[in-house]
Amino acid sequence: MTLILLTPLDLFLAAVLVLALALLSFRLSLGIERQLLIAALRTVIQLSLLGLVLKFLFVQSHPLLIALLALFMLLVAGYEVMARQQRRFIGFWGMGVGTLSMFISSFTVTLLALTVIIQAEPWYSVQYLIPLLGMLLGNTMSGVAIALDNLTHNAWQQRHEIEARLLLGHLWDEAIREIRRTALRSGLIPIINAMAAAGVVSLPGMMTGQILAGAPPFEASKYQILIMLLIAAGTGFGATAAVWIGSKHLFDERERLRLDRLSPPKE
Amino acid sequence: MSSLTLKQFHSPLLAPFDLHLPAGECTTLSGPSGCGKTRLLRAVADLDPHQGEAWLDEREKQTFSGPEWRHHVGLLLAESAWWSERVGDHFNTIDQDLLTDLDLPVESTAWEISRLSSGERQRLALIRLLTNRPQVLLLDEPTANLDASNIGKVEQLIESWRKKHQTAVLWITHDTAQQKRIGEHHRQIESGQLREL
Repeated sequence: MTLILLTPLDLFLAAVLVLALALLSFRLSLGIERQLLIAALRTVIQLSLLGLVLKFLFVQSHPLLIALLALFMLLVAGYEVMARQQRRFIGFWGMGVGTLSMFISSFTVTLLALTVIIQAEPWYSVQYLIPLLGMLLGNTMSGVAIALDNLTHNAWQQRHEIEARLLLGHLWDEAIREIRRTALRSGLIPIINAMAAAGVVSLPGMMTGQILAGAPPFEASKYQILIMLLIAAGTGFGATAAVWIGSKHLFDERERLRLDRLSPPKE
Repeated sequence: MSSLTLKQFHSPLLAPFDLHLPAGECTTLSGPSGCGKTRLLRAVADLDPHQGEAWLDEREKQTFSGPEWRHHVGLLLAESAWWSERVGDHFNTIDQDLLTDLDLPVESTAWEISRLSSGERQRLALIRLLTNRPQVLLLDEPTANLDASNIGKVEQLIESWRKKHQTAVLWITHDTAQQKRIGEHHRQIESGQLREL
């Protein structure tokens, strides 16, 4: 099997479809054409840039440059988590909670996968590290964002119940226990669903890509299984860390509920 | 027995003040709505950040953890909140005499929270707080949703309770007749100042 190379014309034809969709949106006054075109443009630019950067890194694989790219990816993921919060933490913690928990989970799981499971040589080899980290960050990001949003939303909704417990002398973690559980569960449901549907309902993107690029299907399956399991672990640990750090930061040193540490909901 | 002493206490909307609540005695607190009465109680219970000293007898607040302090300095808010499905879920043990005192049947522990009337919620919230045996009681209009007969029962219960357990009480009420019935000491908030009446 050989890889059929895509020409700019091929991509242009696909882009025409999106342009047609934008035109349809305009004619039906859905008002979404602007967002659609900007998002499509972002995809084109971001992925092209990533391709160029990776091409450069494949040649020039200096550990420091790879670390810089990994850090950049982490920060963008941290920002995305923050941007998806209805009520976000004010100040450093706004980005801090998500970034820190994704760092803990995604980086550890990636490191483990590279050194123990895949045993790439060297372990920071760009070909394995960046795609793995990207898959993990992208998915952990959703789990963390959902769990955090659920946590702060419910803490706000149930503030009177939390305070009622505090007023009876309950400890902070007793007062928020149920809310924390619900938040964690909500963060894990997407990946559980994805694992349950994998291969039956949906053909995962990575596996599709490998098959299109000419890899033997069963090898692609094995990689996809590995990735799904890693994502489940990464998302689970990431969401746990985020819910733990976030719920702790909802209380101060006197174990008072401090909803003033959250910003008002965005429009 | 315990008394509560506040020194140079800062509460929102109020000038710093001193206040002493003697053990076993009841102090009433009144003032126009929105003047900061509830916020004062929330600060004293250490539920809101604030400045100033608070002493439980000879012990300063900072020597207690937050939950310990709130356990000893019990605050009853005007609107009670319940986190579980049934009344009984909110108690470890329930003192049946307290239920009888407030005209509630023993079966009330099996009641669903969503089916309680506001008066039942208010009385059960008081029992929930007293079950904790706080040494100071901060009450935010505890009889606001009650009929005349239950108002009398709550007043009687608090009076016998504070005398028996030597509990210091601070009681917010708008009703001047009630102030005279229940309290030995009276404080009022007037244009941002806490004054003795």
